[in-house]
Amino acid sequence: MTVASGPTPSLADPEVVQAPNRRFGGWQKTGLIALGVIALLSLTRAISGLDELTSSGTSGAALRLAVPIGLAALGGLWAERAGIVNIGLEGMLILGTWFGAYVGFEVGPWWGVLAGLAAGAVGGLLHAIATVTFGVDHVVSGVAINLLGAGVAQYLSQVFYSDGQVPGAGPTQSAVVSPLPDVSLPLLSSGPDLLRDLEDTGLFLLSDAGGILGGLTRDVSLLTLLAVLLVPFSFIVLWRTSFGLRLRSVGENPVAADSLGVAVYRMKYAAVVISGAMAGLGGASLVIGSIYREGQTAGRGFIGLAAVIFGNWRPGGLAAGAGLFGYADALQLRAGNAVRGLLLLVALLLVVIAIVQLVRRRLPMVVAALVIAVAFGLWYSVVDSVPSQLVGFTPHLVTLVVLAAASQRLRPPAADGQPYRRGQQS
Amino acid sequence: MTTTVEAPPGGAPERTARVGSPLGRRVLLAVAAPLAAAVFALLVSSIALLASGNAPLEVYSTMLSDGTELRSVLITINNAVPLYLAGVAVAIGFRMALFNIGVEGQYALAALLAASVGAAVDLPGALHIGLILLVAMAVGASWAGVAAVLKVTRGVSEVISTILLNVIAAGIAAYLLAEHLQERVEGSNNSATPPLPESARFPNLNGLLEGLGIQAPQGTDLGGFVLVAVAVGALYWLLINRSLLGFEMKAVGINPFAARASGVHTKRTTLVTLLLSGGVAGLVGLAQVLGTSFSYGLSFTAGLGFTGIGVALLGRNSPVGIAFAAMLFAFLERSSSTLQFIDVPTEIYVIMQGSIVLSVVVAYEAVRRVAATQAERTVRRDTEGSTA
Repeated sequence: MTVASGPTPSLADPEVVQAPNRRFGGWQKTGLIALGVIALLSLTRAISGLDELTSSGTSGAALRLAVPIGLAALGGLWAERAGIVNIGLEGMLILGTWFGAYVGFEVGPWWGVLAGLAAGAVGGLLHAIATVTFGVDHVVSGVAINLLGAGVAQYLSQVFYSDGQVPGAGPTQSAVVSPLPDVSLPLLSSGPDLLRDLEDTGLFLLSDAGGILGGLTRDVSLLTLLAVLLVPFSFIVLWRTSFGLRLRSVGENPVAADSLGVAVYRMKYAAVVISGAMAGLGGASLVIGSIYREGQTAGRGFIGLAAVIFGNWRPGGLAAGAGLFGYADALQLRAGNAVRGLLLLVALLLVVIAIVQLVRRRLPMVVAALVIAVAFGLWYSVVDSVPSQLVGFTPHLVTLVVLAAASQRLRPPAADGQPYRRGQQS
Repeated sequence: MTTTVEAPPGGAPERTARVGSPLGRRVLLAVAAPLAAAVFALLVSSIALLASGNAPLEVYSTMLSDGTELRSVLITINNAVPLYLAGVAVAIGFRMALFNIGVEGQYALAALLAASVGAAVDLPGALHIGLILLVAMAVGASWAGVAAVLKVTRGVSEVISTILLNVIAAGIAAYLLAEHLQERVEGSNNSATPPLPESARFPNLNGLLEGLGIQAPQGTDLGGFVLVAVAVGALYWLLINRSLLGFEMKAVGINPFAARASGVHTKRTTLVTLLLSGGVAGLVGLAQVLGTSFSYGLSFTAGLGFTGIGVALLGRNSPVGIAFAAMLFAFLERSSSTLQFIDVPTEIYVIMQGSIVLSVVVAYEAVRRVAATQAERTVRRDTEGSTA
C-alpha cells in the first residue's frame, strides 16, 4: 500500500488484493481519469460545436449544483460505512435548509451554516436513537424522518414567516440569506486570469481545459470549498485513522469489532450524527446566498444516496457521482440546447468502453456497447434538441445503468443495513 | 444497501412465538405499542404547538369537533382511499421485505396514461371504467417491473432503483403531458389531459348514504372509488392469509435462504410481488382521475407514495390496520385544515403524521423485544422445569 494514497484504494478493495503490483497509485489514476474526461468533453464539443459543454460558466454551475448532492452523499457514506443505511438524508437536508436559512438571515451566513449543520445532526441523532438503540429497520426509520423533516420545515415556515414580520419571506419561503465570500485561485483564475485567456484561445483541448478548470476555480464560495475539502477529509478520517478503522469495522462485522473492544453503539451513533451533520451542511449550502423554499431539496438526499452506490461507497467515487449529477443539472439550467451534446458524449463514452472491453476480450460487451453507441449517435444526429423534461433524469438513468451493469462488482460494507444488538449474533 | 437476512419491516411481532405467555399480558403488549406511540406523538405535537404559542388542548378539541362533522367525515373517507391503496401497495412489498419506494412514480405514470386512454376511447360505462383500471394497473406493474427485473437479474437493490425510477417517471410524465398528451385550451395555461367522457366517471355513493338515512351535504360526495379500495383490501387479505403465494412471500421475507431450501422459487416470488405491488400502486391516482378531476394535469396530487409508506408502517401491513392508518392520516389532514381560523398553522398535521410513524415503529420494536425476552424466559423456565 505504499503507492496507493488516493481516495480510491483501500485495504478492503478486492482489486488491490488481486493486483498489488499495479503501476498506478490512486492520485495518478484520478488524474488520468480527469484528463480522459476533459479530452472526451472537448472532443464532443469540437464535433458538436456546442461551446457550453466545456465553458467555465457550465463547470462553475456544475460545481455549485454538485455540492448539496455531494454533501448528502458524504452523509450517506459516513452512515453506511458504520452499517446504518440512511434513507433519512432527505429529511436531514430539509432540516438543514430551513434552519440554515432562518439563522443565516437572522444572525449571519456563517451562523446559518452552523445551524444547518446542527439541525441535520439532530436529525441524524434521531435516526441513531431509532436504529441503534431501538433496532428499528433502517429504511423504515429513514422514511419516518423524511416525513418528519418535511413536516417540521413546513410548520416552522408557517409559524415564523406567514405573518409578514420577516421582509420578503412567506408561508413557503424565507428571506434572502446573504452569501459567503467567494475565492479564486490567484493568477490562474483571478487577476491576470490565465485560465480565462486559455479558454478564449479557442484551441482544441486547451481552451476546453481552461474553461473547465477556470469554472471550477473562479469565484468559488467558501462553503463550496469547504464541501470539496470534506471529501479528502472524509477519506483521511475513515481510512487513515484508528477512529475511521473502528468505524468501518463496525459496518463490516460488528460482532468481531465488539469482541476486539470497539464500542459498537458509540461508533454507530458518531457515524450517524456526522452523517446528519453533513446532510444538514448540504441543506445549508442550498440556502446560503439564496432562500429557503418549500420542496427545494427536490430529492437531492435520495440522489446523494444513489451517488454513494454509484461511487462504490468511496469518497472519490461519490464525488464523481455528485459531479455527474451536478454537470447534467448545470447543462440543463444554463444551456438547454447544449444538452443535445450529452447524447454525443454518451455515444463517445460507449465507444471508449467498447475499446476497453475489446482489450479485455469480452465480445458481447463490445457489441452491446457499440450498438448502444450507434443508437445514441443516430439520436444525436436526427434531433435538434432534447426535451428538458427528459434531460432532468439523465444522471438518474446513468446511475441505474451503472448499477445494472456493475452491481455485482460493487462492494457495500458487509453489515450494511443489518440490525445489531450487543450479545446477539443475528 | 444489501438487506440480506432481515425480518419483513412491520411484520416482526408474528415472528416471535409467545410460548405460554398468558393472554392478558399478550393483549397488554399488543395495545402497549400503539398507545405509547400515540402518547409520544401527542407529546411531540404539543411541544410544537406550545413553541408556536398555541394551546394544544384547544387545538385538539377543535380538530376533534371539526373533523367529526359529516362533511369532514366524507372528505376524510375520500382522502383515505388513495392513501389506503398506496399503503397496500407498499405493504405487499413489505410482506417479503421488499421496499417499493417507487409507488410515487408508478402511480403518476399510471394516472397519466390511464387518463389519456380513458379520454381517447368511448365505451359503455362499466367497460370504460374497467379499461381505465386495467391500463393503470398494467402501467404501474410495468414500472415496478423494471425494478423487479433489475433486482432478480442484476441484483440491484429495489430501494435505490425505485428511488431513481421515481425521478425518471416524473420526467417522462412531465414530457408526455407537455409534448403529447395535453389538451390545449385557448386562453388557459393549465396543462392537463382531455377530460374523461361521462361514461368513464365513477358514480358516487350518495344514493347509498340516503338509503342509510344520511343526507350528504351540498357539494360533498362520498366517492365511489372506496369500493375499489375495499375490493383491493379483501383481495390483499386473501393473498396474505389464504394463498400459497402469500405464504411464500412471507417465508422469503423472514428467511430467504430457508425459503429457497424448502423449494420456494425466490426470484419468481420477488418478481410477482413487485408486479402486484406496482399494479395496486397504479390505482392510487385513479380515485382522483375517475372521481373528481377527470383528467391528469400539472396540479395532480403528488407525494401519496411516500405518505403510503408511513400508512403501511402504521397499519402493520394488515389489510384492516392499513385502513385505520389511512383514515387516521386523512383525518389529521382534514381536521387540521380548519385550524387556520384559530391562527394555528395547518401544517401541524404533517408533524403529527411524521411523529406517529416514527414513534410507532420504535414502540413496536421495543414491544417486540420485551415479548421476545419474556418468551425466552418462559421457555427457559419450562424446559428447566421438565428436566429437573
